Amino acid sequence: MAAASGSDLSSEMEVDAFRRLFPLHFHERHLLKSIRPDGRTLGKARDTIISLGAVTSANGSALTKIGCTTMLAAIKLEVMTPTVESPDEGCIAIDFHMPPICSPIVRPGRPADAAPVVAKQLSDTILRQLRYLWKNSGMIDLKELSLVSGKAAWMAYLDIYCLDADGSLFDAALLSAVAAFSHLQIPVVSLNDEGRIVLVSEDNGGGKLEKEPVNKEKRKLNLATIPFSLTCVLHKNYILADPTAEEESIMETLVTVVLDSSSQLVSLYKPGGPVLAHTSAIQDCVALTRQRLKELQKILNEAISDMEVD
Amino acid sequence: MEIDRGDGRKPNQLRPVACSRGILNRAHGSASWSQGETKVLAAVYGPKAGTKKNENPEKACFEVIWKPKTGQIGKPEKECEMILKRTLQSICLLNVHPNTTTSIIIQVVNDDGGLLPCAINVACAALVDAGIPLKHLAVAICCSLAKNGRVLLDPNKSEEQNMKGFVYLAFPNSIQSVLPEGSLQVGGEPVEHGIITSVTHGAMSVDDYLLCLQRGRAACEKLSVFIRSSLK
Repeated sequence: MAAASGSDLSSEMEVDAFRRLFPLHFHERHLLKSIRPDGRTLGKARDTIISLGAVTSANGSALTKIGCTTMLAAIKLEVMTPTVESPDEGCIAIDFHMPPICSPIVRPGRPADAAPVVAKQLSDTILRQLRYLWKNSGMIDLKELSLVSGKAAWMAYLDIYCLDADGSLFDAALLSAVAAFSHLQIPVVSLNDEGRIVLVSEDNGGGKLEKEPVNKEKRKLNLATIPFSLTCVLHKNYILADPTAEEESIMETLVTVVLDSSSQLVSLYKPGGPVLAHTSAIQDCVALTRQRLKELQKILNEAISDMEVD
Repeated sequence: MEIDRGDGRKPNQLRPVACSRGILNRAHGSASWSQGETKVLAAVYGPKAGTKKNENPEKACFEVIWKPKTGQIGKPEKECEMILKRTLQSICLLNVHPNTTTSIIIQVVNDDGGLLPCAINVACAALVDAGIPLKHLAVAICCSLAKNGRVLLDPNKSEEQNMKGFVYLAFPNSIQSVLPEGSLQVGGEPVEHGIITSVTHGAMSVDDYLLCLQRGRAACEKLSVFIRSSLK
């Protein structure tokens, strides 16, 4: 009914009013012409920017923007005693925050519903807590975070702040996490007389060292396989890549595909939604993600090489 | 056929499934579902008047409360709550009771793998018991992919942890319709082949995922017959 009356009124009404009153109809009229209200084609993602090293006090950080969705990720390293079960592995703790500034839906004092869900998805994607996988195909080899077996290892705290929530939160969060890890530099540390780990500051790094540093020089983590993701909205027979918050709220069926750089499917996540995903839709979403993976890899590599020039 | 599972099951064999309804006295609808050692209870209260903040008052609203076996709820439980809520919203007729909230309380009795699929199945059974109008049921299953590339259905916890990856899938149950056969197809596929919910853990190739889909659908058809008979 609303849609029928909407089509009659569309000629007499201002565009903004029509958009607010009949949002679904407004979008469907765009989709008929294979275009979206922001001028993108259906399969095109928004412009993506990565800038590394946005937080100077952190060991690794990145600010990413996908359209208006903005994520700030920072990694802080601390020395910890590894657990008895895995004496030569470090640890990564991932948290995702949605402060009230990011969206009108988030109210001060109450945590957003989406935040713990995105945090859980992120740690599933980055850590892949399956015992068998730990050894060979996670994004980060936790053994690289070890300092002295059984005595000391790095604990990496990855915190991601959502500064502006305009759809596809998981994509932006994962991209910022990946960028922060590729920017992460592990500082030089040495053992002191009491057997404790101390940081070696860069100034007295020269010949004055009394103790042999545990790790010889600043180094970066080897990222074995880098996961990239793309969220799509399914609506009738249309597939819209990288939806904005408005599109997500109107057309509720979301599918998030995560592929890694060796083209393995890391996650295919569809939490309910009114539209059923048939095999052809799944294959289309995977194909769109493959395209997006190439774009994102290029953007990330450019950001890293820019950083090295500086 | 070679048997490579700890409990001697065949790759496509599910654990023994049991479902009972109306087990709680005070709840408007309740059900229990067990699959091997995994057992989940669900209670449905509602529809109660009014919706929560940020929900559309023109539609019925759902609230899922997940109670773990022990301890407080953490991030994994929050995620399960969200997935379950969205899954149930997609199978219910939301326009029948606008501006109401229906609460679904999931109590985990024992977790031995495949918890989320069991929770989806039990929630559906409890919604039917409470008489909430539904479009169709959601039938959920866990498919896992062994290191040798074989698909094993309904793994238990120890199997789950030694797998290359596993997928939780939910499909609509097969609809018994008076319409001529084929009229309910979407793009050459029957409706019950459409995925309502898919959650994966671990890495696999896209072809392996599609293989899991195929096996999952076949298993869900059998499960849906079981659910239909147990809800009569």
